[in-house]
Amino acid sequence: MNNVFVYCEIEDGHVAEVSLELLTKGRALANQLKCDLEAIAVGHKLEGVAKQVIPYGVDTLYLADDKRLYPYQTLPHNSIVVNLFKEEQPQIALMGASSIGRDLGPRVSSALHSGLTADCTSLEIGDHLDKKADKNYKNLLYQIRPAFGGNIIATIINPDCRPQMATVREGVMKKEILDPKYKGKVVNLDVSKYVSDSDFVVEIIERHMEKSKLNIKGSPIIVAGGYGVGSKENFKLLYDLAEVLGGEVGASRAAIDAGYVEHERQIGQTGLTVRPKLYIACGISGQIQHRAGMEQSAQIIAINTDPEAPINSIADYVITGDIADIIPKMIKYYKKNTK
Amino acid sequence: MKAYKIIVLAKQVPDTRNVGKDAMKADGTVNRAVLPAIFNPEDLNALEQALRIKDQFPGTTVKLLTMGPGRAAEIIREGLFRGADGGVLLTDRAFAGSDTLATSYALGQALKKMGKIDLIIAGRQAIDGDTAQVGPQVAEKLGWLQVTYVEEVIELKNDTIVLKRRLDRGVETVKCKLPLVMTVNGTAPECRVRNAKLLMKYKRAKTVTELQKENEDYTSLYNDRPDLNIPEWTVNDIEYDASQLGLTGSPTKVKSIENVVLQAKDSKVISGADAEIENMMIDLIKSHTIG
Repeated sequence: MNNVFVYCEIEDGHVAEVSLELLTKGRALANQLKCDLEAIAVGHKLEGVAKQVIPYGVDTLYLADDKRLYPYQTLPHNSIVVNLFKEEQPQIALMGASSIGRDLGPRVSSALHSGLTADCTSLEIGDHLDKKADKNYKNLLYQIRPAFGGNIIATIINPDCRPQMATVREGVMKKEILDPKYKGKVVNLDVSKYVSDSDFVVEIIERHMEKSKLNIKGSPIIVAGGYGVGSKENFKLLYDLAEVLGGEVGASRAAIDAGYVEHERQIGQTGLTVRPKLYIACGISGQIQHRAGMEQSAQIIAINTDPEAPINSIADYVITGDIADIIPKMIKYYKKNTK
Repeated sequence: MKAYKIIVLAKQVPDTRNVGKDAMKADGTVNRAVLPAIFNPEDLNALEQALRIKDQFPGTTVKLLTMGPGRAAEIIREGLFRGADGGVLLTDRAFAGSDTLATSYALGQALKKMGKIDLIIAGRQAIDGDTAQVGPQVAEKLGWLQVTYVEEVIELKNDTIVLKRRLDRGVETVKCKLPLVMTVNGTAPECRVRNAKLLMKYKRAKTVTELQKENEDYTSLYNDRPDLNIPEWTVNDIEYDASQLGLTGSPTKVKSIENVVLQAKDSKVISGADAEIENMMIDLIKSHTIG
């Protein structure tokens, strides 16, 4: 009761990265609140899940294992989570801001009348004084996210409703094993008590999951372009530089909306969060949503025609100029000095 | 052939993609007045899906439901210009301050007043919040199935629909029965443009509030052409539990808002001159950042 809960997504028996990242964050929050960390996995053939998640500091793992529960479907997963939450009354519930978490989270929050904040970039514990009601709330979850075109950072709280729910994108939190020998218990749920046959109304005819061909997250060097790159053709310069340096190409949302590159390359609050050794931002103005996805890069080079671009303030190197002029020079001098 | 009753949920949003320098007031609040209000882009993708079903199944009706201030009547008109049959503007101070859950409650209660519905279609998410929550929450409020991230309606036959979904790392084809709420991805086909004939036909479609503001004598024209009347519903047109409305009905509260102030790093500002670029590249190679 009153613990921190993480919904673990399963793909082919593997727990999703984002869920492991949330378990790490959940453990830290549970320590601060002096409560347990609990996890739920819903799917089929879940024997290997305990081994994967308990080392992250999970005290209780609930498993709902049934052939019909994999792949993910909204209604049965919703019923299990809602009914379990009614029994266990968690104070905080975290889900990945993924295709699954963003389908399930709102449904669960609506059923429980609890608040949900999407795409948080930071989660903290803090107090809140409601001056109007003269009521002091202790240890609330601060759900922090950029809002409104990135011009503001909002801290959202759910003072009265439980659980306090938040979704977080993959890569935003860091995953870290707490103790490979951590002792947690496993509870196998009696699935028939949590779902009814009428929840199984969707027939999945075909499912085709691709292992992402791109490995932008894992790349030590990222060359990213924004709207300022100007065209799909100009992006070729970025691919050239990335190839020479052994990196990957990323993009801001504006560049993707303009159709310069495919959306799998999006970096920022609603895309990937990356922490490369070197991030080269080309023609990116640097709105907060974009920065949320890359500001932890070890080194940042910003190339921009606008000397006042916000990205410049977080860059280690600020180059004011045209990428068509700068990038070929970078390639030239890289080659010259690495021979 | 069966005809369907379709409702499209649409939202008028500030165009956050084109936020200029004057978008924030000196006190750190958002200056909504200078932001252009647009039809939420993915709601247009949703409208297109509805209109395609209407093309295929004569007799199908497509109506919009939008919640917002009086000027959100523009959303209904825009829908009419593109081929919708009508719509309802849900507008009341009582809805002010709604989070996604209170919004979904209000929309759900309005939908219950709109008669028998076969299909509700919404955009995946709105660009001012990017939450993608209202579609699934409305579905839950109605006790209906939801299918999110739809890219294509592959088949619709009687009450069975086959949908292609676009997921983070793949695609999925699902088959299920109506009624349902589906949310449509931006990767779905773009909405058709305004139709010139419909534009002429509906340019005078107005809400009563708009007509009163313009001092138009609407009685005769609007008696002859009831389709020009855009209904405005207030909280009194739906059944409601006041504890679920607006700010009171919103579990999430905004504790604080911070204006984004950039902590300037100690950056090296360099020009595009050859020597400076070369020095930078040498530094990066020496520090094993590259190479």
